[in-house]
Amino acid sequence: MLNLKTQKLMLKTFPKGGIHPAENKITSSNDIKRMSIPKVVYVPVSQHIGIPSEIIVDRKDKVEIGQIIAKSSGFVSSNIHSPVAGTVTKLDKIIDSSGYKKQCIVIRTDPKNESNFKIPEFPLVKEITLSQKDILQHIIDHGIVGLGGATFPSHVKLDMKHDKHVDCLLINGVECEPYLTADHRLMLEKADEIIIGIQILMQALHIEKAVIGIENNKKDAIEVLKKATLVDDRIKVAALKVKYPQGSEKQLIKAILKREVPKGGLPMDVGVIVHNVGTIFAIYQAVQHNQPLIERVVTVTGKTVESASNFWVKIGTPIKDLIEEVGGLPEGTRKIVNGGPMMGKAIKNTDVPITKGTSGILVISEEEASRQEAKNCIRCGQCVFVCPMGLEPHLLMNLTEKGLYERAGNEDIMTCIECGSCSYVCPSHRPLLDYIRFGKSIVKNLNTTKN
Amino acid sequence: MADPIIISASPHIHSNKTSKKLMYDVLYALIPAFLVSIYVFGISALILTSVAVISCILFEFLIQKFLLKTEITITDGSALITGILLAFNLPSNLPIWMIIVGSLIAIGVAKLSFGGLGYNIFNPALVGRVFLLVSFPVQMTSWPTAVVNNTTIVDAVTGATPLGIIKEGLMYGETMTTLSSKFPSTMELFLGITGGSVGEMSALALLLGGVFLIARKVITWHIPITMLVTMAVFTGIFWLVNPEQYADPLIHILSGGAILGAFYMATDLVTSPMTKKGMIIFAIGIGIITVVIRLFGAYPEGVSFAILIMNAFVPLINTYFKPRRFGNKIKSKIM
Ligand code: SF4
Ligand code: SF4
Repeated sequence: MLNLKTQKLMLKTFPKGGIHPAENKITSSNDIKRMSIPKVVYVPVSQHIGIPSEIIVDRKDKVEIGQIIAKSSGFVSSNIHSPVAGTVTKLDKIIDSSGYKKQCIVIRTDPKNESNFKIPEFPLVKEITLSQKDILQHIIDHGIVGLGGATFPSHVKLDMKHDKHVDCLLINGVECEPYLTADHRLMLEKADEIIIGIQILMQALHIEKAVIGIENNKKDAIEVLKKATLVDDRIKVAALKVKYPQGSEKQLIKAILKREVPKGGLPMDVGVIVHNVGTIFAIYQAVQHNQPLIERVVTVTGKTVESASNFWVKIGTPIKDLIEEVGGLPEGTRKIVNGGPMMGKAIKNTDVPITKGTSGILVISEEEASRQEAKNCIRCGQCVFVCPMGLEPHLLMNLTEKGLYERAGNEDIMTCIECGSCSYVCPSHRPLLDYIRFGKSIVKNLNTTKN
Repeated sequence: MADPIIISASPHIHSNKTSKKLMYDVLYALIPAFLVSIYVFGISALILTSVAVISCILFEFLIQKFLLKTEITITDGSALITGILLAFNLPSNLPIWMIIVGSLIAIGVAKLSFGGLGYNIFNPALVGRVFLLVSFPVQMTSWPTAVVNNTTIVDAVTGATPLGIIKEGLMYGETMTTLSSKFPSTMELFLGITGGSVGEMSALALLLGGVFLIARKVITWHIPITMLVTMAVFTGIFWLVNPEQYADPLIHILSGGAILGAFYMATDLVTSPMTKKGMIIFAIGIGIITVVIRLFGAYPEGVSFAILIMNAFVPLINTYFKPRRFGNKIKSKIM
């Protein structure tokens, strides 16, 4: 009993704010399934932060699985590979998860091509033979971007032209969003690969210290990874308190290393690079097996979903295929979310494809979906208590509402990480984050025109 | 058929807390104290509270419907709470029309004229009470003594509150030793068999509700504990220096509505600061002002005034005691 207590006390966490929504990790104990090959894939050319990739195929071209179909068109950009073998049928604009029409490569899967149906097997390759430069090149070539949601091209973080001294690699296995279990399952099923992926990055970065942060509601993953790290004493596992947004980069760095990323700064400013566990696995696949990023783990879940589970899904698979796979859209569905319930985007139709940044598809039913009517602010301070960035959300909303953008800027509106804790907790159901987002976009414009 | 799919921005889930639920938690927390007051004062406590509650709700309805022509908010529970808290701060034998006047001031002046729930600066129930205290000092300070288990309306027997006895006694040159025989023991104060306002009777019952509020996360410990500790320290210093002239800290904390004020009035969400730092400053302020009024002012008790005075400082406190911004090494202006 005492042991349990001291263990709890030792859990690391960020110091201020945070909430604890119902975890609803319905899918955490089922193996990742393999999604059947979609008939058609819709591959957007802008799946990452930065410049959209440049299409290098044409209509009617035959493409092989893993072939580059759109090329990186700048430093902050990424290659995109064909997830299937088949024929390009269209280069078209379709609505993606952002709600806007985006350029897309439509490929019809060739049902006769065997490479589409072979289930790939990759034996564990422990030895890292590539040089630092080659590792970086592999990451660039194979189109690796951050799989935690931000989809930042991974090589950018690794290409340390900056003379900043980085001494620690943090691996984000927190998965603090309710419902999502993709990273959790991946850690359980691919622990050894993840460790090798970490070693690859440590070698590429000349870093001698790495910490994997995992929330304490994934005790099995903590155990498995602790065991897997026994081979390398430079890698540690940190159990973190279950608190949202523990997985936010800045909060994670603070929780594990007690370092605080300065306002407007990057993790690198405090000597840290953060990668998501999914990204690490993708890097392992790219470097050790020459596999481009053409599939990822996606949690398909929801309280009313018949057979919620995690799937290995080809990039470009329409969401409706996934929903079909779990038993169809349940009766009374009011919302479909791309991502988790706290930060994901609601999507209008299920033709939207899975991209490199899709960690989950969440189906929300009647009672949970509708927002209640906003009431007067009762000045309870709840939003202030839960804001992990130390902001005053009620004030920021108020200033935005009144058009006082300059003051909102002075109140640090730009440092809001859009975690949604404030809106989640407000007893008057005020749409705090909606206003703050709007305020941020205006303040951002003001700042750029000023400079 | 209309598109059944909702598109709205994240977050897509909510804590399910509503302001209404918070209000009802406050209501539940007040039940023990209410039962004690009925036990002590009999049916008059029930009548007083009912009149205050009904008139608060009715005034809110009438003013919003006919005067302001705005949305009617009587179901949010806040007028109900104001009514109860107002009643708890009044002597049980107050004439009914005065209760109604107090309710009108609380709802009409202190709440709705500022713009309704959330916009008011001062605690409405306390404004109502202080208005009555200033306008009708005699009726507001003649307290019926405890008539345990009496179901008839009490109005004949009146006596002073413990703090009143002390204040008056000391003015006539008596010492604490001689005075102590004239007012209830600490234990009686704690359990609530004494004279005073309807709801300030039993410290025990009030604490019970206070603990409930903290457990339900409606309030935090910061305001009540800081306020009571400040009072204890401050009165303690005087008592240690001259125990013949000053009452001991326990008497101060257990009487004169200190606990009612600390847990239910000062913690009013709307009129208290929004950060923990701010709450502590606010509560220290209330503690000090209360003691200053009690020891050196004209009134035997000062909690209501102290809270109202500090209410006025809340906007200022909120501007100066901001939460610490993440990644911002430069500390805010004052701290
Ligand atoms: S969304 Fe922004 S303002 Fe709201 S709690 Fe998160 S960081 Fe704070
Ligand atoms: S949580 Fe809502 S009601 Fe409370 S202070 Fe913030 S905005 Fe106002």
